[in-house]
Amino acid sequence: MTEGRAMRIAILAIPLVIFIVLVGFLLRGLFSDPTELSSALVGKPVPEFVLPDIYQPETLHDQSVLTGQVVLLNVWATWCPTCRAEHEYLNQLAAKGVAIIGLNYKDDSRAKAVNWLNTLGDPYQLNLFDEMGSVALDFGVYGAPETFLIDADGVVHYRHVGDVNERVWAGELGQRYRALVEAQSGGAS
Amino acid sequence: MTRVLRRCALISAVLLSFSIAAANLETYQFDDPAKEALFRELIDELRCPKCQNQSIADSDAPLAKDLRDRTYAMVQAGASKRDVIEYMVTRYGDFAYYQPPVQTSTLVLWVLPSAVVVIGALVIVVSVRRRQTQVDDEQLTAEEQARLDALRKQD
Repeated sequence: MTEGRAMRIAILAIPLVIFIVLVGFLLRGLFSDPTELSSALVGKPVPEFVLPDIYQPETLHDQSVLTGQVVLLNVWATWCPTCRAEHEYLNQLAAKGVAIIGLNYKDDSRAKAVNWLNTLGDPYQLNLFDEMGSVALDFGVYGAPETFLIDADGVVHYRHVGDVNERVWAGELGQRYRALVEAQSGGAS
Repeated sequence: MTRVLRRCALISAVLLSFSIAAANLETYQFDDPAKEALFRELIDELRCPKCQNQSIADSDAPLAKDLRDRTYAMVQAGASKRDVIEYMVTRYGDFAYYQPPVQTSTLVLWVLPSAVVVIGALVIVVSVRRRQTQVDDEQLTAEEQARLDALRKQD
C-alpha cells in the first residue's frame, strides 16, 4: 500500500523535475551571450601568412612576428567605432609594456588607417595590413575588434571579442595574459 | 479599376523582393551546373558567424559575402563539399555549419527530439492499455448479468 503510494508520488514528481531542469537550462541561456563564439584556433598555432606592413607597403611580415613573446594580436579598422573606444586603453596597455601587434582588417584605405595611428597614438609594435581580410578569415575573425592572446611559441590561448577595457583586463583576458607572462618568465629563469 | 491596380502593385512588390533576394547570388557565374548546385547547397548550410541564425546565402553582412566568395573560389577550384565545410569549421568552429557533429556537448541536441517522441509513444501505449483493462473490468459476471436481465424484465 505505502509502496504504491511512494511510486505514485515519484511518477507525479517526474514532470516537476523535468520542469526544474528546463528552467535551469533556460536561465543559463538568459545570461549567456550568443554573439560570443569561442575561437576554433585556441590551442593551435597561428595560421601561416604574409602581409605587408601598414606604414611600408614593401615590407612584408609573416607569422614569425607573433612568436618570441607573449603578445596580443588586436584586429581593428577605422570603420569600427568600438575600435576607437578601446584605442586609448590599448595605448595605456602598451605604455605598461604589453606587447600588442595590430591586424588592420579590411580598412577603407591605408592612408586612413595611418592617419588614425598618427592622431590617436600607436600602441602597436607593428601593424599588419590585411586589405582583403583573407588572413583575418584564416584567424576566424568575424568582426572587429577582436583580440587574440598568443604565447611565445605562437600558440593561440584565448580570443576576446569586443573592446578591451579595464574590466576586460581585470577579467579573463588580462588574467590569462598575466599567467602566461609569469609562466614564461619563470620558465626562462 | 483601383482594385486591379492595387493588386498589380502588390504582385510587383512581391516579385521585386524576390529579385532582390536573388541579386545576392547573381554575380556568381558557373560553367558547370554540378558546381553551381554544390555552391548553392553549401551557402545554404553554412552559417554566418556574424549573424544570429542566418545562412551565408541569406545574410547581407560583409563577412557572409567574404565567405560566399571563398566558397565560390573553392568550388570553382574543384573542392568537394567536405573540403569547404572543413575549411570553414577549422576557422569558425562547429558554429559555422548547420549540422553539428555528434559529440558529448551536442548529444542532447541529437538525442532529445527522438527521446521525446519515444517517451510520448510509451505514455500513449501505457495509458491506452490501462484504459482497455479498465473496460475489461466492466464486464459483468454471470450473477450480475442475471440480475440486470431480471431488472429489465420488470420494466
